[in-house]
Order: sequence, then structure tokens, then C-alpha cells
Amino acid sequence: MAWAASLPSPRRTLALAIGLGLFVSLLSTATSTRLERADFTYVNGSEPSSLDPALVTGVPEGRLCKSLFEGLVVKHPQSLEPLPGAAERWELSQDGLRYTFFLRPDGRWNGTNPNAPGVGEAVTAQDFRSSWKRLLHPTTASPYAFLLECVRGAATYARMAGGTYYSRSDWGLWLREQADNSLRAGITGLALEAFEDDPSSLGQIQFVAGEGDELRVGDELLRIGELSFRTPVAARVRAINRQPGLLQNVRTDPYYAGWCVELESAREAQAETLETRLADALGNGDLFRAEDFREKVLWPRVGLHAPSPLTLEVNLIRPLPYFLDLVSFYPLFPTNAQARAAAQERWPRDWEQEWLRSERFVGNGPFLLGQRRINDRIRLVKNDDYWDAGHVAFRTLDVLSLDHLGTALNLYLTGEVDWIDRVPPTQAFKLEGREDYGPEPQLGSYFYRFNVTRPPFDDPQLRRALALCVDRRALCEAVLKGGQVPAFSIVPPGFAGYGGAEMEHAPRASLDTDNRPDWERAHRADIERARDILKQAGYGPGAKPLPVVELLYNTSEEHRDVAEVIADGWKRELGMNVKLLNQEFKVYLDTQRSLDYDVSRAAWFGDYADPNTFLELFTSDCVQNRTGWSNAEYDALIARAARTLDPERRLEILREAESILLRELPVLPIYYYVTHNVVNPRLGGFFENIKDEHFPKFWYWKSDAELQSERAQYPATKQLVKARGPQAGLRGPLGIGF
Amino acid sequence: MGMDPRELESLLQAAKEQRGQNPWREAWQRLRTNAAARVSLYMLIAIGAISLLAPLWPLPSPIALNLSPEPIAPVAPWTEFGSDAWQRDAIWELGPMDRALVSLRAKLFGNWQSAPWLGTDTKGRDLLARIVWGSRTSIQAALAAAFCSLAIGVLYGALAGLIGGRVDNLMMRLVDALYSVPFIFLVIFLVTILGEYRVELDRRFGIDREVVFYLVIGFVYWLTMARVVRGQVLSLRNMEFVSAARAQGASTLHILRRHILPGTLSVVIVYLTLTVPAVMLFEAFLSFLGLGVEPPKVSWGLLAVDCTEALSPLVNYWWLACFPAGAMATTLLALNVLGDGLRDALDPRLRGSRP
Amino acid sequence: MLPFLLKRFGWFLITCWAVITISFVLMRSVRGGPFDGERALSAEVERAIAARYHTDWPLSRQYFQYLGPFNLDEQGATFFGGDGTRPLGGILTGDLGPSFRSRDFSVNEIIAQSFPISLALGSVALCMAICVGLAAGLLSALCRGGKIDVIVRLLATIGIAVPNFVLATFLILFVAFRFDWAPVAGWGGLQHLILPGLALGAPFAATVARLTRTGLLDVLSEDYIRTAKAKGLSPGLVLVRHALPGALLPVVSTLGPAAAGILTGSLVIERIFGIPGTGSHFVNSALNRDYTLAMGVTILYTVLIFGLNTLVDLTYSLLDPRIELEES
Repeated sequence: MAWAASLPSPRRTLALAIGLGLFVSLLSTATSTRLERADFTYVNGSEPSSLDPALVTGVPEGRLCKSLFEGLVVKHPQSLEPLPGAAERWELSQDGLRYTFFLRPDGRWNGTNPNAPGVGEAVTAQDFRSSWKRLLHPTTASPYAFLLECVRGAATYARMAGGTYYSRSDWGLWLREQADNSLRAGITGLALEAFEDDPSSLGQIQFVAGEGDELRVGDELLRIGELSFRTPVAARVRAINRQPGLLQNVRTDPYYAGWCVELESAREAQAETLETRLADALGNGDLFRAEDFREKVLWPRVGLHAPSPLTLEVNLIRPLPYFLDLVSFYPLFPTNAQARAAAQERWPRDWEQEWLRSERFVGNGPFLLGQRRINDRIRLVKNDDYWDAGHVAFRTLDVLSLDHLGTALNLYLTGEVDWIDRVPPTQAFKLEGREDYGPEPQLGSYFYRFNVTRPPFDDPQLRRALALCVDRRALCEAVLKGGQVPAFSIVPPGFAGYGGAEMEHAPRASLDTDNRPDWERAHRADIERARDILKQAGYGPGAKPLPVVELLYNTSEEHRDVAEVIADGWKRELGMNVKLLNQEFKVYLDTQRSLDYDVSRAAWFGDYADPNTFLELFTSDCVQNRTGWSNAEYDALIARAARTLDPERRLEILREAESILLRELPVLPIYYYVTHNVVNPRLGGFFENIKDEHFPKFWYWKSDAELQSERAQYPATKQLVKARGPQAGLRGPLGIGF
Repeated sequence: MGMDPRELESLLQAAKEQRGQNPWREAWQRLRTNAAARVSLYMLIAIGAISLLAPLWPLPSPIALNLSPEPIAPVAPWTEFGSDAWQRDAIWELGPMDRALVSLRAKLFGNWQSAPWLGTDTKGRDLLARIVWGSRTSIQAALAAAFCSLAIGVLYGALAGLIGGRVDNLMMRLVDALYSVPFIFLVIFLVTILGEYRVELDRRFGIDREVVFYLVIGFVYWLTMARVVRGQVLSLRNMEFVSAARAQGASTLHILRRHILPGTLSVVIVYLTLTVPAVMLFEAFLSFLGLGVEPPKVSWGLLAVDCTEALSPLVNYWWLACFPAGAMATTLLALNVLGDGLRDALDPRLRGSRP
Repeated sequence: MLPFLLKRFGWFLITCWAVITISFVLMRSVRGGPFDGERALSAEVERAIAARYHTDWPLSRQYFQYLGPFNLDEQGATFFGGDGTRPLGGILTGDLGPSFRSRDFSVNEIIAQSFPISLALGSVALCMAICVGLAAGLLSALCRGGKIDVIVRLLATIGIAVPNFVLATFLILFVAFRFDWAPVAGWGGLQHLILPGLALGAPFAATVARLTRTGLLDVLSEDYIRTAKAKGLSPGLVLVRHALPGALLPVVSTLGPAAAGILTGSLVIERIFGIPGTGSHFVNSALNRDYTLAMGVTILYTVLIFGLNTLVDLTYSLLDPRIELEES
């Protein structure tokens, strides 16, 4: 710069040095990070919170896990039927309670670094046991641990909390030191497992010892059916607590005080402190510390066994029609125990950060972890040691982290990426008719929650009137504009064999919103009905004025638009004033959880292919309920469905439950989600499906000839787009794998 | 102060001469000769009037939805002038003055409303109406924030400058420290807190969330103001004519009123014209992050955010980008030009150096 | 110069401590926690996570752990042990802790990965702003009152008056799509910095242009310029050797705040252009309640601003030998 010339020389040097330093750092950053373009690049949404299948929730993370690891079963990319994965084949016992998985002998762990611990080992049943054990263990704090609670003994294993906790080995008695040095004893969930399907067993619990009785080691303390529970420490029974309560409470709270006895040291043993007695009992194996108890007593009882290295046996507490769906879900993917152990030894504190670095990463999936830069991209490299590598086409995949939908779309339109899974709502309709875009129904529901614990929405009539007065067609067509489907129920259509219930509303000729006059007529009828309901409920001129309500939603364009339109409808048609309240996501969650709202936006996506994944949300004690709504009949139906073996009967019970939900309407159904994939037409092996799940192992590039023949079958209105990628196509050596 | 009395006499004389008539009148004259600043001032007055009297104009409701898949492009007034479709209550709750204006409008224009001369947005709301009503929120917010920053900043800065010494040093270091606090946290935090107390605030004090929210921004913007004011006070305090006046036995109050305040005021006014645009931009920034004004109310920031979705290779709703951005740019431009003009007019150093 | 720097450093420590404390308190008093999601966690899992990240500790204990690490617990042994828990960091040991949201990374790593990118973007934007701004300011000062002056001033004011995300939208549409001169978004090479650099630098270019113009006009009327002219120096030389350094003073003094503005402005720009810099963490960490990352970037920001301000003061004294380095 010119002015520098006028400066005395040391100063000039300093200024120049600073400038030069900046410039060099700039150049080096900008050039050191270049990567060759991958065979396939896609936008994966927000930055994955982790790659550890046991820790993550969310679609972006799930997609990556599916590339890096492989569960017992994989799914067909189109039909989602189970296909062999890490397991070659599987068997189900007659009673539907025991699955036996036969693992393939050629399953191998592999990583980009051949010297990483665990590389080259076979994938064994033991790997699954240890990974599932980790999933269940409370220090892992996995949000999806509950999925495995369908396995016998797993719930007890998982829910046994730590702390000062002692327990008698096979008698299922817990003991806990109280602050005043006395003891409290109760029964563990373990002992109750046998009874849990039968609430009448509650009556069978009897206290054998009475208050004031002195007990010696081995004396019976209480009895459930055939089991008797003995005291591990000589003591006197101070108090017996037998509050009526559900067995469920014992399961969820190992220290549940409703069924327990309080003990104090026996009079004869006053010289000895309780402590030394406990120490004795610990020494001779009468007692275990909680962690030991979990490992030594509970773990062997969990219904996961490996009779041979390649055979995994899973015992369920009840037949689970969707169990194969569960094992293909990423939380149940295996991870390599040796890789974990090695990292744990080297970085006792930070091993969870370290063991998933690309130089140490070990997986059994079709791809391996390459370079990774936070908020930018993850490079995946084909795993040549994968058992089905012959069917994997792409050598490299780039997975981009981007939250801004407009940016993602721009990248797609300029050909920088080949697939985006969402489009900006205002622009989706412009893509209609293009060959690279075709929304399909998805297992997701968008709805509003009512807070039924306080006025005005403790009144079901008001909830019903508001639910009727939502112009779902206009919303889907003119606001969302992305092919979303108007919803009159919470469970989206698409569950095989489930004929869902609907809330009361004027019939439409078809679900197809194209028939505009029909929908408008029906909507007018619904509005009239809503006004009638309000009049009957005593609202209106001369009677109760309609309350002003607050509509809560989390900060986002789309939610804002939906809320504005719905609020506008309520105001115009019913004369109800609505205040929109937009809260930042975390605050919104907190508000919702503490039931400090009137109406609140909500959405849910099914975890597995069963209506239960939606319906169990609204049981009284489910944390996802968040409406304050509680209905004993509904709870009982959901519980009964879980115990019902006959699949048809089961779905019938669930339907009955949903009809209760839609009669009471603690939630207001709005629309069902649809997929919004925009994908390079050259990509093969990619299908729209109800779970919006996609499987990189099946992907390949179509050749021009294949593309031509496919395009020949398109309807004439379809708009062709440029198909980037190799004209000759790209497939795995063995062709297509499904 | 050992100053030669004769020298003092001549200094005071010079000061008196330089002050001449009322310095404000002089400045005003200077401003009037500056064409750009004059035009800007008139423009700002016009914008202010339009926005203040928003309910009076025969515009469609800024929030009445008219759902259709695509927004309507601008309609020239000579193609379609307007219609009798206005609905009186299709607006959020208004204050008493606005209600009176709405009644006046009903008397003047009946139910007539203009056609979408500037087009509609993606939900079919009239863009012109949204720009006019949005200007209210933005201008109100910017003014509130600017005056809030003014109050705190001037007080703090003047205090620091007048007291001087250690206290001054400490106070300024505090400002430095606060400069380094990334206040996005502060804003999120306060938005949250206000969300929790919103009902109470509304009921007890009659302030709604936005007002408090922009006071908060003002509270954040006072730092620069404090610095500027302190600097000015400091330099004025040591000016020779102040020392002279003090030596003559003028009271502190007199010095403050006569010498320091006018000098400071010019800087403050100039800075104010620069703060207002900054706050408006900050409002847009917050809206982009989704922390701004709550719909159905509308602000220029929200319109600017909508504009990012209006232009892409797939859609070309140029009117959604051009008109709000144009309105915003015009206002800020006028403010900046006026600010420049004011500085030129008020800065004593430049006196006489300009035609 | 050394005493000045030492004194500055002292203030820096105090400021840092204050900022850490204030943002710690603010961060923790905002509602919602890092692990809240649409899918609510069960009480057990919540407890387990709190135990692992020590968010179940009393706040004061977490605070001192974060500062130090100073362990206020009587049984400090389990602290760094392999009990599956992680400390929240310890500023004095340079450990900013694990990220709560990006669980595969520590905050130190995240900053080390993203900051150079922001730095690159920031310096490109700043360079553009200075070059364009200086040229425009110079031009407009020399042609004062002429057409060029009016145009430059108009452009400069528009640069200040349009939010940068609106500018970015226009740039993407016209430069990237219409003419294909630069990539629309992404990160990988210098070409990816063109559009974001422009969008980010525009307001500062405008400011620099205005300041240069005013500064130059002021200086040109000073005595020493007249003297230089009288000595018979060519107008160009007078401008470069004498007028410009003086005129640059106000420009330099805005560089500190400008750099800070570029940092904060970059949060929006990085989002629109998909650039993996620190700016995006700034907002996202606050929104995600990623306590440690939010604190980490706050500290980074504080250090930067303070460093820049000091640098500006130093440069000031370099440009104008009359100014002594001292407090205020």
C-alpha cells in the first residue's frame, strides 16, 4: 500500500509482517482443504451431533450410521422389507418370543487405518451383545435405550440406577442405606418381571415379617406368589409400607417407596454397626454393590445369548411384530468392542470423542469414515472388506452439513450436490412436474397440542370446534405448497393392515385436495358444525365470550405461516382472537414440557412401522404427551394392544384407542408430512418410501441408455432435467444388490 | 490559572464573535443551504408521516391473507385502481389513536381499498400495506432504541468526562469490557425472560414485548454513544474558552449549559442519525435469525427476510425484494445524508470552511 | 511500548474474567438445556447425561470447574478419572471442554477447525472493503461535488443501508446463477470466498469510502499540506506522502469495530453461503444451548476484539507519531 512507503522502516516492517501473515494464513487455509469431487455428494441437513449409533437421534445422524455400520438386518430400499445384513438368516420361534440370528461368517470389521485396533476381526454375536449392553447401560445415557426394553430382563438391567445401592443376589431384594443409618428394603423390578403382564399379582405381594419383628440373615421378609424374599442383614423391621400403586412404578423407580420395609439394626446386634454387617454381607456374596449386581446378576439374565460366535439369540418379553424393523434401526447397530476398549484405555476421559476419529474408526458398514470437517462435510470411502462390497457402486461419498434450505437448493441447482432432502417451502411447488422431484407420503404428522390442564382448553367442546375450523386444504395448497396431505387423524396412513380412525368432520369425496369445490363445501359444513358446538357450549354473543388464546410455535418460517393461517381462520370464522407466540426452539420445548401454553405446534415421525409409535405418545405417563391429557381407557387399550398376540386384533385395539384420542382431541391434526427429495435423475437404487429412508449401499449411477428407457415411460407432462454424472453409469462389480 | 488578563479579554471577545448569533440558528441555515440534507430531511418527514398515519391510508389490511399458490405481481393503478373490499377489523389490536385514524379512514374512503399496486407476498398480503405498516414497527423500534441508547449513553459519557481521572478511566474500561460481550446471548436471554413475563408486563405496564425488546437493543447500543459523548466532553472541558469562562467565575452550570452541552449535542445528534440505521439493520438481522418481531405484526426486517426467499433460479418475485429493500435503503440513505449534513452544519471546526 | 502492552494485558485478563462470568450466568439462566429435543428424554436418561457432563452440579461448582479447573468437591479424585464423565473444561489449562451438541469434538477442536476459515473470509472481506473503500473515497474526495462524488456517496450509503443477507441474495442470483462467475455456496477454495467476501465487506467498504473522503477533505485543508504544496511537491506526491496517512487515521480507528462487525456479520453470511466458519457456531451454539461451545466462541470473540483494539492503537501510533501510547 502506498502509505506504507512514508513510514519509517521498522514500523513498515511490522505493518508488512502483519499483512503478510494474514495473507499467508488465508492462502494456506483456502488451499489446504481441497478434496477431489466425490462420486456422489448429498446435503445431509444440520451437522450430525455424533457418529456413535448408541448416542444419536435424528435423521442426519441415522443416515451416516447406516453407511458406517450395519445391523443384523437391512431393508429393501423400496419396500423396506428386511434383507440379510450382518445376519445371513434368522428364525422366529413358534410363540413369537425368540429370534435366532445367524451371522454371516464373512462379516469383518474394517477401517481406513489398517492398524487401528479391531480392524480385520470377524463380526460376531458377542459384538452385538456388547453393543446392546452398552446401549442399555445408564452411563451411556442413550436416548434410544428404551427400544431394547422389549428384550427379557433388559429393562431391569437398564433402569437399575447407581448410587449407594446394595442388593441380594437372586432374591431380587434391594437395600439402601438411609441418612439415619437405617435401611430400606424393597423388591427389584427383576422379581416382578414374571408378574408384570398381570396386575392382579399386586395382591399376591405379602409381607411375611411384621413390624417390630427381629430378623436374622435368611429369614423371609416378604413374598410374591412363589418367590420369597429374605433379609441379607440381621435387622428389625421398623415399618412396612404398602401403599397401593402400580407395579409399573416399581419398574421405573428401583427405590419405589410404595412397597418396601424399613429396617433398623437388630437389638441384639447393637454393638456391631450396621456398616460392618453390610461389609460382611458384601464379603461373603450375600450382597452386591449396584454395579456388580448389574453385571453379575442382571446381565446374565438379559435375554441376549450367543450360543456360538455367529449365533445371536434374543428373547422378547412379548411378541413384537416390528422387531426386525427395530434391529435395522441405527441404535441397534453393532460397534467394535476392541476399538472402544483401546480408546478407553488411552483416553479414559475423552474416549468417546477419540474412538470415532477417522484414523481410529472401525465399522462393518458399506462405507468407512474418511476426512471430516465440522459443519462442512464428511467424506465416506467404500469399504472393500464389506461382505457385499461387490454391490456397492460409489467409491466415495461426500456428506454435507448445511441447515439453510435455500443454500442447499442453490447447490443442487448448480450441480454441486446430487441429492437434497428438503426444499424451501416457498419454492417447492415450482419443482412440481420435474423428474427429479416427487413428494410421497411419509410417516410423519404435523399437529397442534392443546393444554388440557387449564382453561379454556380443558373444555373438549372448544377443542373440537377449533379442530373443525382449520382449512387444511388451503393450508396444504397455498401455504405449504409441497404436496402435504390434510390430516384428520394423528397416525398417518401407510401402516400395513391398519385402518386408522378419523376425527369427526364432514366427509370429503376423496382425500385428494384437487377437488376444490368438494373440499370447500365440506369445510363450510365443518365451520357451521364448529359454530353449533360453540353455541351449545355456551360461547357467543350474550353468553361466555370466547377467550383470547396464545398459539405457541418455535421460530421458523413454515410454522409461522401455518400458525398465521390457522389463527386467521379462527378469528374470521369463529371470532376468536389468537395471539401468536414464537419462541426459540429450546424455550418452546421447555414451555411445552411445563404445560405453560394454550395451543402449541408439534410434530412426530414414526420410529418403526407400527401405529404404536404414534399412539403410545399420548398415554398418561409418556414423556412425549405434553398435553396433560390422561385417559384411563386409552392407557388400558394401549397396554392391552402391547399384550395382544394376534396382529389383526392388535391393530383393531389400537384403532379403538386412536378413536378415543380423536374424540377427545387433546391434539389437533393438521397435515401428514410428505418427502421432499430432489435427486439427480441419474441416481439408481434410490426410492421414495414412507419412512424416507435411503440406503447408500444400493445406490449407483444409471447409464444414459438406462435413463433413456426410464424416461420413455414418463408421462408427457414430466419435465426433464439435466442428469449430471458419468454417462456410462457406475455400478458395483456385481451389479445391483437388491 | 496564571493568565494574562488582556489575553483573556481578547480570547473572550473572539469567542463571542465566533459564537455570533445563536449557534443553532446558524447551523440550521447551514443545513438549509445543503440541498441533499434538506431533501433528506423532507423525505424523512414524509416517511415519518406516512408511517405514523398508516391506519389512515386506504390500503388493504397488511395481514389479511388471500391464499393462492403464487403471489400477485404489481398491478398498475391505471389497470386496476382499487375495490370496496376493505374489512375494518382485519388487523391486530390497535391503540386509541390508531382506532381514531381507522374511523377517519372509514369516513373518508368508505370501504375502498387500493389494488395491490406493489403486488402481494406469497400469502397474498398487499405488499404496499405491509411496507407502510412495517415502517411503523421499524421506525418506532429504531427511535425507541436510539433514544434509550441516548439516555444511557449521554448520562454515562458525560459523567465520565466531567468527573475524569480514575473514575473516568474505570468507567471507560467497563465500556471496553462490555464491547467484548457478544450480545447475541444477551438478546436471546432477554427475549426469553421477556417471554416468561410477557403477560405480566402487558397487564401491569401496558408495554408489549416489542417495546421492551427494542429498549433492550437500545441498552446494548449505548456503548458507542457513551464513548463519543465522553470524548467530546473531555475535549470541550479543556478548551481554552471554557477555561477562560471558568477563570471569569462562570458557574459550572453555566459552563455546562453554555459551552459543553451545545458542543456535545451536535455530536449526539449526528451519532443518533447513525444509530437509527444501525438499529434497523440489527432488527433485520434478528428477524433473519427468527428473533425479531412476532407475526402477524410486520416490520421491514421481516420483509427483508421474505425477500431472500423471493429471488432464486426457481422463483422471481422481484417486487418482494425490490420494494421493501428500496424502502429501507431510501430511509437509511436519507438518515445518513441528513446525519452528514448535520455534522457539517454543527461541527464547529468546519464553520466558515464551507460555502 | 512494553508497559503499555503489559497494562493492556492486565485489563485483558479482567475483561476476560468478566465476560466469562457474565456469559456463564446468562447462558445458564436461559431456559432449555442442551439435550432437549422434540423427542423428550426419559428422566433416567436425563439424569445420566447430567451426571456425565456434570450439569447436575451446583452452578458455582460448575463455574469454578470451568474457570480453573478448580475442584470444589472434597473428593476431587474422580474428576479426571475414567468414570465415563467429562469435566466442563478449565480455562486456565486452555481446555474449553467438550461440545454438548457436537459430541465427537471438543470445543478447542471446533474452534481450531473453524476459526481459520472465518479468518480467511474476514480478511478477504476486509481487504476488499479497504481496497474498494479507499479507492472510492479517494476518487470522491478528489472529484468533490462532481458526478463521481455523488455516485460514490450514493453507492456507499446503499452499501450501508441494505442488510447483508439481502445483498447476498442479489449477488447469488446475479453473479452466481446469471453469469456463473463464482460458486453459489460451499467451501473448498478461494473462489468460494468471492461472493461471501463481497457481501460481508460491502458495508465496510462503504464506511471506509465515507471516512476516507471526509478525512481527506479535512486534511487537505490543513496547513502542512499547504506548506508541502508551496514547497513545489507534485500534487500526487503530496497526496500519497502527506495527505493520505493523516486521512487514514479515522479509517484505521474503525478497523477494530469493523473487524468485530465482520465477525458478527459473518454469522448470517456463513449460513447463506454454507461456510464452515466460527460465525455459524456463534448463533447455533446459543440456540442449541451448547454451553461450552457458546462460552468458547464468546471467549474467542473477546480475545479477538481486545487484540484488534490493541493492534489498532499500535497502528495508530505508527501512522501518527504525535500520538503517544498511553491509556486513554
